[in-house]
Amino acid sequence: MIGIEHYLTVAAALFVIGIFGLFLNRKNVIILLMSIELMLLAVNINFVAFSAFLDDLVGQVFTLFVLTVAAAEAAIGLAILVCFFRNRGTIDVENVNVMKG
Amino acid sequence: METIILFAPLIGALIAGFGWKFIGETAAQYVSTGLLMLAAGLSWVVFLSFDGVTQSIQILPWIESGTFATDWAIRLDRLTATMLIVINSVSALVHLYSFGYMAHDENFKEGENYKARFFAYLSFFTFAMLMLVTADNLVQMFFGWEGVGVASYLLINFYFRKPSANAAAMKAFIVNRVGDFAFILGIAGLYLLADSVKFEDIFAYMPTLAEQTIRFLWTDWSAPNLLAFLLFVGAMGKSAQLLLHTWLPDAMEGPTPVSALIHAATMVTAGVFLVCRMSPLMEFAPVATNFVVIVGAITAFFAATVGLVQNDIKRVIAYSTCSQLGYMFVAAGLGVYSVAMFHLLTHAFFKAMLFLGAGSVIHGMHHEQDMRNYGGLRKKLPVTFWAMMIGTLAITGVGIPLLYVGFPVGFAGFVSKDAIIESAFVGSTFAFWMLVIAAFMTSFYSWRLMFLTFYGKPRGDKHTHEHAHESPSVMLVPLVVLAFGAIFAGMAFYKPYFGSQESVDKFFGIGVKKGEAHAYFDAPTLVAPAYAAGAKADGDHSDHDRSQVPGEGAIFVGPDNHMIHEAHLVPKWVKLSPFFAMLFGFILSWYMYIRRPDLPAKLAENQWPLYNFLLNKWYFDELYDAIFVRPAKSLGRFLWTRGDVGIIDGGINGLALGIVPFFTRLAGRLQSGYIFTYAFSMVIGLVVLITWMTLTAG
Repeated sequence: MIGIEHYLTVAAALFVIGIFGLFLNRKNVIILLMSIELMLLAVNINFVAFSAFLDDLVGQVFTLFVLTVAAAEAAIGLAILVCFFRNRGTIDVENVNVMKG
Repeated sequence: METIILFAPLIGALIAGFGWKFIGETAAQYVSTGLLMLAAGLSWVVFLSFDGVTQSIQILPWIESGTFATDWAIRLDRLTATMLIVINSVSALVHLYSFGYMAHDENFKEGENYKARFFAYLSFFTFAMLMLVTADNLVQMFFGWEGVGVASYLLINFYFRKPSANAAAMKAFIVNRVGDFAFILGIAGLYLLADSVKFEDIFAYMPTLAEQTIRFLWTDWSAPNLLAFLLFVGAMGKSAQLLLHTWLPDAMEGPTPVSALIHAATMVTAGVFLVCRMSPLMEFAPVATNFVVIVGAITAFFAATVGLVQNDIKRVIAYSTCSQLGYMFVAAGLGVYSVAMFHLLTHAFFKAMLFLGAGSVIHGMHHEQDMRNYGGLRKKLPVTFWAMMIGTLAITGVGIPLLYVGFPVGFAGFVSKDAIIESAFVGSTFAFWMLVIAAFMTSFYSWRLMFLTFYGKPRGDKHTHEHAHESPSVMLVPLVVLAFGAIFAGMAFYKPYFGSQESVDKFFGIGVKKGEAHAYFDAPTLVAPAYAAGAKADGDHSDHDRSQVPGEGAIFVGPDNHMIHEAHLVPKWVKLSPFFAMLFGFILSWYMYIRRPDLPAKLAENQWPLYNFLLNKWYFDELYDAIFVRPAKSLGRFLWTRGDVGIIDGGINGLALGIVPFFTRLAGRLQSGYIFTYAFSMVIGLVVLITWMTLTAG
């Protein structure tokens, strides 16, 4: 039987993969966006799992909202990326250090 | 009228100081001089019409702070009236004289405006000095006291381009601080015990204070002695008495009218005035007054010895001033305050005249001050010569001894100086001999000055001598006026200041109740009954049963103080001694500088240790330099290099250039600019936060 702990484990694993994707990745900004998406999905899995486990629909409704916001964010992120690429001619993360102190 | 006298100089100073740009320099000079003339005229009216009864004229409420309350008021009594005529007469004449003296000054560049400023300072000084003498409380007096200090500083430093004038001004100010510190301690002590700073309250409290002790520097002291001593130390600073005298000769760096006004006639006598003003305190302080006498006598002697060998004409007169101030302090310390004031009055005339005469010589000789380069100026400066001659006759004390026609016949100095020496014979043998020897030396150096300047052959630069000229009449008029004072002041004012105890009492507004013991002497707690009883038993004195309440009249003469009466009873040889001292001084001087002009140089060579000792003013400056100035300077340098530069500047610089950049560099390294670094630190932070919250079960 697949219990809630399995879902949580998968979600945690996805989340950690997302985090590592964020800061181990030195190459591509698109991967950053994907990692963020992955973390949001991990959260969504948690929401849905608890919603089913607790018999409460609010969690699933919230998931829909998160997906919506995530889609919008991805769109904005990709738009920024395009602008960035036009300006710098590269999307390497290692070259993005204008904010260096 | 008193208010006009007091504020006319201030208005003159303000107009001349701030308004000269609008009315012009010449107009500013006329305005300040005119106002001073007005003040001087009114002062004489006040002095001559004054009946001796102490008046208090309120000007405005001043300080209100608990019991520390005082008004700004004029205390008009005989002391004040005397000082008023001295200050305003001399000041008005010096203003007039300065028209000529300051007309062209090579210390200033062409086109520079300095005259109005000079007159403003002179008038401001006069105002401060008037504040000092008219004060009816100690705080107001201290205000005037410091005011004259500031004015003196500004005027000594008038030739501000001369480094020596800068140094002299600072020296005067700093040496005076020493005295002022003691003065303000004395004021604080009086306020502590008498709970008031007003003179009338303090004086009324004196009989009680006489028995009190005060704790100071871990020791119990007799209150009147300690307070009188502290006030006298203040007076020593201002009046250039021994140990605190070093600033006065250096102050001659200022223009000569300044020396005449401030460093001869008025400011330096403020100390004598203070001691006379505090006579109720002095009368209860026998130890302190002894100290006053000794310091005064030693100063009179010391300054006279130094005056013997000085070559700068102004320095000779400066040391002579120092010496004459010693005379005044001897009189004040002995309890003959009226005689001290008498000498103050006569001295103001003849010493101001000597200074102005010296100024006239310096002016005529193109600012040459060394007497060795003078000589034979009698024909070239006839009026100055005669004025200086009268001044010299007055200061050396020329008169007809033992002749008495209601008053002694002689020049001003003869009358007042003899009065002091006779009093000294009664009060203190030491002071008597010191003063007689000083009188001898006074005569010697005064005549030396005359002979070197006006007699003999012209020495020094030939060109200067050919162009030597008599001063303009605006400078000679003050000399002539002061000459009258130097001749007649002694004879005219002999009776009220020294005639007899009755005439002095009457003049100073002391209402004496003869034969009837005042209620205050019956009070059991007072020392006075013993005095009164002692005085009664001592039937010889015509003033034996006089009694006076402290604070009544201008001066307080204690019941056992019979100085004036006894001073008239001294033996004939005592009365003759200053006259013969003067005569010997004159003859010796004549022999050495007219008859055998080669003798002084030989003597200086033979007696070179003594000569150098005197020429270097007993090495006081060198001594102070070694004891105070150099340690203070090295302490200052230490604090500057180590404390200021090392610690304070070093600290700030270390902080700004070392520590702060170190941390900024550290913080800067955190800002890599890579998103993953920020993300990583964010995650680490979150992990730490969550761990912490889990562990503490928050």
